[in-house]
Amino acid sequence: MKEQDLRHMIAGVKSGQMDRRAFVRRLAAFGIAAPMATQLLVHSGVAMAQTSTQIASTYKATKRGGGGALRVLWWQAATLLNPHFATGTKDQDGSRIFYEPLAAWDGDGNLKAILAAEIPSRENGGIAADGKSVTWKLKPGVKWHDGKPFTADDVVFNWQYASDPATAAVTTGSYKDVKVEKIDDLTVKILFKSPQPFWADAFVGASGMIIPKHLFADFTGAKSREAPANLKPVGTGPYKFKDFRPGDTVLGEINMDYHVPNRPFFDSIEMKGGGDAVSAARAVLQTGEYDFAWNLQVEDEVLTRLEKGGKGRVKITEGAGCEHIQLNNTDPWTEVDGERSSMKTKHPSLTDPAVRDALALLIDRKSIQDYIYGRTGIATSNWVNNPPRFRSKNTSYEFNIDKANALLDKAGWARGADGIRGKGAVKLKYVYQTSINQPRQKTQAIVKQACAKAGIEIEIKSVVASVFFSSDIANPDTYPKFYADLQMYNTGPGQPDPGVWLQLGLTSQIATKANKWQGRNPMRWSNAEFDQLLVASDSELDPVKRVAMLIRCNDIMIEKRAVIPVVYRPGVTGISTRLQANTSGWDSNFYDLADWYMAS
Amino acid sequence: MSRAYLLRRVLLAIPALLGISVVLFTVLAMAPGDPFEELTLNPNVPPEVRIALRASLGLDDPVYLRYFYWLSSMLRGDWGFSFVSRINVDQLILQRVPITVAIIGISQVLAILVAVPVGVLAASRPYSLFDQIANTLAFIGFSMPTFFFGLLLILLFSIQLDWLPMVYQTTVRETGWAWWEVQIKQSIMPIMVLGLFQGASLVRYVRSSVLDVIKLDYVVTARSKGIGQRRVLVRHVVRNALIPVVTLVALQMPVVFGGAIITEQIFRIPGIGSLLIIAILGNDTPVVMGVTFVFACLVVLFNLIADILYGWLDPRIAFR
Repeated sequence: MKEQDLRHMIAGVKSGQMDRRAFVRRLAAFGIAAPMATQLLVHSGVAMAQTSTQIASTYKATKRGGGGALRVLWWQAATLLNPHFATGTKDQDGSRIFYEPLAAWDGDGNLKAILAAEIPSRENGGIAADGKSVTWKLKPGVKWHDGKPFTADDVVFNWQYASDPATAAVTTGSYKDVKVEKIDDLTVKILFKSPQPFWADAFVGASGMIIPKHLFADFTGAKSREAPANLKPVGTGPYKFKDFRPGDTVLGEINMDYHVPNRPFFDSIEMKGGGDAVSAARAVLQTGEYDFAWNLQVEDEVLTRLEKGGKGRVKITEGAGCEHIQLNNTDPWTEVDGERSSMKTKHPSLTDPAVRDALALLIDRKSIQDYIYGRTGIATSNWVNNPPRFRSKNTSYEFNIDKANALLDKAGWARGADGIRGKGAVKLKYVYQTSINQPRQKTQAIVKQACAKAGIEIEIKSVVASVFFSSDIANPDTYPKFYADLQMYNTGPGQPDPGVWLQLGLTSQIATKANKWQGRNPMRWSNAEFDQLLVASDSELDPVKRVAMLIRCNDIMIEKRAVIPVVYRPGVTGISTRLQANTSGWDSNFYDLADWYMAS
Repeated sequence: MSRAYLLRRVLLAIPALLGISVVLFTVLAMAPGDPFEELTLNPNVPPEVRIALRASLGLDDPVYLRYFYWLSSMLRGDWGFSFVSRINVDQLILQRVPITVAIIGISQVLAILVAVPVGVLAASRPYSLFDQIANTLAFIGFSMPTFFFGLLLILLFSIQLDWLPMVYQTTVRETGWAWWEVQIKQSIMPIMVLGLFQGASLVRYVRSSVLDVIKLDYVVTARSKGIGQRRVLVRHVVRNALIPVVTLVALQMPVVFGGAIITEQIFRIPGIGSLLIIAILGNDTPVVMGVTFVFACLVVLFNLIADILYGWLDPRIAFR
């Protein structure tokens, strides 16, 4: 489906020539899911029959409390409860029990108002026509757990707190380039430097939780660590703080003044942490000691067996994390000015498109899904897999050793006496690195085997995760340094918009010694068309056009083998048979905690 | 034992502890990695944030500067704060002392209470049926890894029989008798695992050291005086045989504090062992430093206590 056709149809709906249902049906015929279709309409200024502020709630309980204790198990425990310092999802989730953002992302990547009275849109005047500001209206009558009212001052304060470099907040990325103004007690305006097509970042989702001004105002900047409320959160959420043991348990009790009627259902919540993923799965699926378990990075085969215990089920949440293989475009084995994989070098064989195409043909994604990941990793040909509105239909993948051999033969990579292909002194011998993680080592083995059949020799290397993913510039084994030929890991956009995440392919983001390897592009890959499209998309306010641009960016990355996607990895949680809980791949696991309840 | 002896021992401990702290610090500082693994993978956190965080934690300073900074604050009683949770290290450790001492302490006491009599009885009738059974159990006990035994117990009591919980709860809601019931139920398995492991090697020690003593001439003399088997054993044999056992137990005491890393991980007991392992895996240097330094102090302290106990058990050992 072409961009023009889409535009034409949307215009049809706008003017009333085509009805909304017909539009969704037509798009479905092209393989575009209903949420995406409605999303396109919203972005294009057609009011939804059911506005985002009233996403149909699945909550069935009729009164507040009385649900007993909710017991959840995280196999890594929360270590701190200030969302601005949450280094991992476990800390974000622990904080989210007590704190709330203005709006949350639901499982389909739509906004759900939490502390906002409504979601800003072009119709309600929330989004400026020039795209340079957004106005949020706050929900009236919301109180902090200590009884003080929640107002625009709190929102403005969070911006000051997080954007102050001396605070060294983790959330600073969402706040440092914006300005926040108070219009009145229940209205704030966010000003951007340039038009923002993706405006829902500050105060939204997992990094958008709001802390109270009256308890943190005296502890900004360098003093941020001393705030007593860091360990005793006072928020607006469905549960009030009761107890916290860092690295072990977070305990909350029902907030009888919660700002949504009849919620929450449970009288208390216990978030236990520690242990390992397999026994966490067991405690929910098999023994039923717990009601919910987070991030079950366990082989699907084991999960399926545990599910037979009948106490719980595995819940798969769509997400966009992509397990992928990167090809180094520079030479990792030559040192120039104290730097390997320097931009002054060129990889002797991996810069040949034939070799890149051959490698893509040698990765047996279907087997990797079937025999390693199961439900927890789906074979894909795309870099951007979710939300569905960004998923390209133009790519495909294939596993074909014969075709790979033919390609290499044609390109002049002849087999030597040892069976390994080469051209002169250049041999097709590669070091393939990843972090230590069982499914990754199994994937490495599958790839190595297939490559051997095509005359490519792979040497496998695995690095401890805390080193591989560290920012330690003195260490040669980190992934941004990429002192190997191939490397594999998993990364995702974290929010339902791939704009920032796609910077991985940007020329200006290439990781080098000069920028202390802090660039986002470890492949040292560069493509003029990609750069131009991605930069343009950053200020493209027409959502349909922007989606088309970002899909094209994905397609270029796939065609040029900037990355070779293997599987995309949805979120995997364990949930007891009676617990009704919505989860989202775009927000904290507790994005919808207020609506969790036990079915009778 | 004189006051001068004690003073000398304490003074000697100071350079030892300093040396230990230098080695620990250098090894930790040179270990690769930092605590921001998850941040690195989040595209919405700009790389500058990680650099600023590293700088604010002093991770980019030279090692010797970091060491002197640590040492000077340590001398002022400031243990530093955790990179990960931003809580003071001493507070983190203190929070976990009660549970550790309760679980590991009880298992250690149980181990001693069972192992000493069993070892003595087994040695007093060597190669009897009782001795054979005790030996077999002891062998099983110390050759079976704790993680394996722990999993076996979980499989049997939590999953098959559904009698005991497999996750240790720190925040028990029940009060009164029900509170005790929950506590006992959830502590049985970890205490069994640790008690068996510690008790088993202790039985072997006690047995062999009693066997050594029981053959000595003075024991024969005591027997020939006709004072009875029980008194000979308790008064004459056990007291002398206990010297090597005291060393073993005293050196195991710091381990009681340190917790049992693997057992704590299996049963999710938030003890010091699990604090240490989380800190090591997360590259949380101040916490690792704090915990290991406390260990070092305890080892030095209990060595001293063992030496003093020798003098009490055998007055022939002189202190100079």
